[in-house]
Amino acid sequence: MSTAISENQQLTYIAGQAADARVNVELESEGMTLNIGPQHPATHGTLRIIAQLDGEQVVKAEPVMGYMHRGYEKLVEVRTYPQVTTLINRIDWLGAFANEVPFILAAEKLMEVEAPPRAKYIRTIFFEMSRIANISLFLGEMGVQLGAVTPAFFAFRDREHVLNLMEAVTGGRFHPNYDRIGGLKEDLPKGWVAECKTVMERIRGYCDEMETLLMGNEIFETRCRGIGVIPKDIALQYGLSGANLRASGVDWDLRRDGDADMAWKEADWKVWTHPDGDSFARYWVRLQETREATKIVDQLLDGLPAGPIMAKVPRIIKVPAGEAWCSTENPLGEMGYYIVSKGDIGPFRVKIRSASFNNIHVVPWVLRGVYVPDIITILASLYFILGDIDR
Amino acid sequence: MIPVLGLELAYWQETFLRVVGVLAAVLLPAGAIVQTFLFKVMSHMQSRLGPMEAGPHGSLQLLAEVGKFLQKEDISPVQADRRLFKMAPYIVIVSTLLVYVAIPFGPDMVFADLDVGIFYALAVSSISVIGILVAGWASANKYSLMGGLRAAGQLIAYELPLILAVIGVIIQAGTLNMQGIVAAQAEGEIFGFGALGNPFVLTQLVGFVIFLIAMQAELTQTPFDMPVAESELVAGFMTEYSGLRFLLFFIGEFATAGAFAAIAATLFLGGWWIPGVDLDADIMNAIGPLVLFAKMMLIAFLVFWVRFTYPRFREDQLQSFAWKFLIPLSLLNILATGVLKVVF
Repeated sequence: MSTAISENQQLTYIAGQAADARVNVELESEGMTLNIGPQHPATHGTLRIIAQLDGEQVVKAEPVMGYMHRGYEKLVEVRTYPQVTTLINRIDWLGAFANEVPFILAAEKLMEVEAPPRAKYIRTIFFEMSRIANISLFLGEMGVQLGAVTPAFFAFRDREHVLNLMEAVTGGRFHPNYDRIGGLKEDLPKGWVAECKTVMERIRGYCDEMETLLMGNEIFETRCRGIGVIPKDIALQYGLSGANLRASGVDWDLRRDGDADMAWKEADWKVWTHPDGDSFARYWVRLQETREATKIVDQLLDGLPAGPIMAKVPRIIKVPAGEAWCSTENPLGEMGYYIVSKGDIGPFRVKIRSASFNNIHVVPWVLRGVYVPDIITILASLYFILGDIDR
Repeated sequence: MIPVLGLELAYWQETFLRVVGVLAAVLLPAGAIVQTFLFKVMSHMQSRLGPMEAGPHGSLQLLAEVGKFLQKEDISPVQADRRLFKMAPYIVIVSTLLVYVAIPFGPDMVFADLDVGIFYALAVSSISVIGILVAGWASANKYSLMGGLRAAGQLIAYELPLILAVIGVIIQAGTLNMQGIVAAQAEGEIFGFGALGNPFVLTQLVGFVIFLIAMQAELTQTPFDMPVAESELVAGFMTEYSGLRFLLFFIGEFATAGAFAAIAATLFLGGWWIPGVDLDADIMNAIGPLVLFAKMMLIAFLVFWVRFTYPRFREDQLQSFAWKFLIPLSLLNILATGVLKVVF
């Protein structure tokens, strides 16, 4: 396998050079090099795929990333711990709160602080809400990639309510910047719990709607079933995580199997897997996960303990020297931070492990031999956020 | 059509009227379809309002859009084949204009009452594929080329079920003349009950459904919109076009939708005729166009309803759907129609 990849990389590198040299390649008899992106409606941003085509069939495809690299790992080194959350909000911008949690948890590990139970509950609720905000958009966006425009608008319609709830608590719709070392910024406002429950009901309705409108559609099934199959062993070899891994039949979820100190174990929920590993399975798993997330939120809201939301932490946060790693099951997959501290007010070095960056590496393998329309199906079903690839 | 108005007109006056008439017949349905379905119906289906600023409830949005396109710069790529690139939109729009020539809007309201009307209409409608192929080739863009090739493959494949679906109607009506087909529906009767005539949608239901599906593909609307698939090919053969030329493609798309809707309405829904009115009453020259327009909008609604709801096929799936399902089915439909025609 490994030799095939390096040869592949070599050839696509040459193809990429050729594509760079000529913007419009004449039609060579041996095939055509199609440059998908960096500006293309299907890549949600600035991903570039160099595809060598034979007719409409892909011979080789290579993703080129880095067009939106913002250098967060370096920027984080010149900021204090409380300032970092503002930055890392922007990594996976659709589920922004979920980015903050592993960083804060890693820092708390170093400081040996523990957030009070209420803070843990609210953190988990927000974590799952950002999962809903993220994945519900995927459920509609997949339709757009396959040519059905309407589901995306339904997604925006119902996602709006989740964002409104977040805004009511944190003041930020997109980038909450709500998590603090030792707890949370603020407590929930009055009446929020009841409203949150109606919104969760609404999201479940949206999931049902997507199930009938999009997933139950025969054309959707013919476009997705058996397209972009990633077998279990390949998924593990390439280090996929999140729903992409679970859709290949690997029962692994950091919310259940990880050691992050959150409130998931207080709720009764299920990890969904699908044996097929194709695009349909990835959609199906994400749809079920959104439903599970609403159930988790409902149950945690019922069991929400009273008490403070902030542990005792010093005013100026200095993290003792040491190293800590924490990863959680973010909407896109495993996201983790490795913090190296030298006892300063800011981290010495932070390694960000984001899910999409690792998930995208399977693209050359899975795109071989597919048709051009299937490139779009597969990329859409792998579901990456460009900010999560290029940090 | 001129003697109806009780006027004797010189040849040039008549020609002028005909040109104005065809332009109105092309542009009014196209505009109405865009404004109604693309702007408002689509928006309301997608739980949003759509354009609301230009005119009451956004009713003048179309004028704003046309004005916008007219102001845009006419860009042609450096490597494009200039002459072909500039010619392509006109081929498409001319094919649409030619279709309208044969469509009857009333007993005398027809630009050319051809004996082979339906044959002519389907033949000229397929000229547009040349324009699309030329556009795809001349743009010197790989996305355009793929869009143009896909369009050519698709339009040729779906021409067949489209024509085969029409043959059932022709067998039943016994004529290729579109006025004759309208008359056959108006004078027909359902088991001896003749007040409603016999719109062929009742007897040719299978043909009607095949015609609608093939029409959807001919118009390159979702689920058959691979030639312009925006998530794959940016805008297919239209990628490099801007300004007026893009507008022409755009008008072509929706005017063709209107033309095919008019053909479907004429073949299956009784055309300009409504029950209770004498077939050659003068009043139908005034009401006929409105009746046909109403039926066109009904058909167009079906087309765009499907467009807003469905995801798109893949190219090979579309081809196998046409060759393995639609064409055999329409052949069976012809067989059944022929047998029944002999029996009754």
